[in-house]
Amino acid sequence: MITAGIDLGTQRVKAVILKDRTILAFRQSFSGFDPAKAAEQAINAALKQAGLQRSDIAYVVATGSGMETAPFANGTISMMGADAKAARIFFPKARTIIDVGAEEARAVKCDERGVMIDFVVNERCAAGAGAFIEAMARALEVKIEEMGPLSLKAARASQINASCVIFGESDVVSLIHRQESKPEIARAIYEAMADRISSMAHRLGINPDVVLLGGVAKDVGFVAALNRKLSVNVLVPNYPDFAGALGAALIAASRVGGERK
Amino acid sequence: MTEQCTPKSVVEFWRWSEYHRILKDKKWTSKDLITAGVDVGSVGSKAAVMVNGEAYSWAVARTGSNSPDSARKVLDCALKDTGLVVSDLKYVVGTGYGRVNVPMANKAITEIACHGKGANYIWGPSVHTVLDVGGQDIKAIRIDETGRVISFLMNDKCAAGTGRGMEVFADLLKIPIEQIGEISLKVNEEPPPVSCTCVAFAKTEALGLLRKGWSKEKVLAAYTRAMAIRMANLINRVGLQKELVITGGQSKNIGVVSRIETALGVKCLPIPDWRENGLDPMVAGALGAALFAKALYEKAQEN
Repeated sequence: MITAGIDLGTQRVKAVILKDRTILAFRQSFSGFDPAKAAEQAINAALKQAGLQRSDIAYVVATGSGMETAPFANGTISMMGADAKAARIFFPKARTIIDVGAEEARAVKCDERGVMIDFVVNERCAAGAGAFIEAMARALEVKIEEMGPLSLKAARASQINASCVIFGESDVVSLIHRQESKPEIARAIYEAMADRISSMAHRLGINPDVVLLGGVAKDVGFVAALNRKLSVNVLVPNYPDFAGALGAALIAASRVGGERK
Repeated sequence: MTEQCTPKSVVEFWRWSEYHRILKDKKWTSKDLITAGVDVGSVGSKAAVMVNGEAYSWAVARTGSNSPDSARKVLDCALKDTGLVVSDLKYVVGTGYGRVNVPMANKAITEIACHGKGANYIWGPSVHTVLDVGGQDIKAIRIDETGRVISFLMNDKCAAGTGRGMEVFADLLKIPIEQIGEISLKVNEEPPPVSCTCVAFAKTEALGLLRKGWSKEKVLAAYTRAMAIRMANLINRVGLQKELVITGGQSKNIGVVSRIETALGVKCLPIPDWRENGLDPMVAGALGAALFAKALYEKAQEN
């Protein structure tokens, strides 16, 4: 049985195709101004990778902030639900799941059976999401993928305003003027973000295993800062940015399975 | 008298005019008590000079990366063409975000106290609530008839609605910042406020709205309204007591002011004609600081 999950994020659309709960293909595209078109591109690319046709897919579940705009989806699942589902596949003992995307961050609390008990969302404030790192990388004139490794070279962090991207940018500029080292500024950026994300997650209570998902989970600088902040070893799966789409595809499989029973 | 203290550069839409002014028909003699207030804000620096506790001259300039230099520059600007030099000032009070870095100041006082005092000086004793919209924060301040602070609330965590946020918008929509307020009012019908006010996301959100066919005016109206609602909420939380006035750079943004009035259902006291011979509400903090300077000097003389 073939199912698909599609995660329409604010920056990228991710698609995952499963055959009997095993990953056949995963592809992404940039959301741009037309998320429906981006969704088509992502699913078509994944189908091509899998060597399949659209008609081969039994059920598609959409998730992400643009889930309502996916033209071909049979159903939707909340981002929290998709996160919980995906995290359990990689780490069966996952109890706290943190997902940091381009423009949003959230934390999900699960019981021992993997059922979501509670969640908290940092909505539409760039200071607690990937957009913060992007803006700061621009201010530092460092490529976004170099930010993480750069921050690991610092033993201490500079001081910056962490509550707002706009104010943080001005702070980074004045730190550069004061000739503070780029690694220390980069580390300060990650510490600031880890501060925000951990205080958000603390509202739910932190229970191991703690799993980190979303595009920002690929950033070694952020993962290191969050490890320090939470004093636990945060678990990160391979391709954490595809977790939402994978969760949606798993939900799709269970919905089809449920119908057949 | 109005003129540029620094040369105007290429088109930068966020850039508001720096200027200095000496009030007409005001004079000083060597017998007068001359004091000054220097308000080094996160975005703008303001200096006011008072003769016997009456406003005499002032200047408004952008804050640079170095607070002491910004303080010196704006005070020099306020003293320009007055015949006064810094050593003629009997007492100087520093205030604002960079108040501890005002080198010529005898004392530093918080901008909350100074804005309360300055608003009382500009508008008189009927003022009981002051909204100060600065470059990086928004403060709602309750004051008594003498301008003394009773309570205040501050939002310094988020750029939405601050002067800095407006500057980003001016650049984004390529509209000179001093025209933003009027342009935001050029809509036939007030659009619903945007749900997300985060300035960092404004770029993509506003472009998305423009692509949907919204006019620049409509986009600005939706953002300005959302920001005004945030400010009105802050005022409601501190407790609105009439009369209400707005100080800081945003007091000149008619789009923000009129929408705050709508959200609260009250009118603000009108701002003086600062382009002519009236006091500039952006200088309220510096005026308040200069008044504190006078009081502190007189107290020191008594002892």
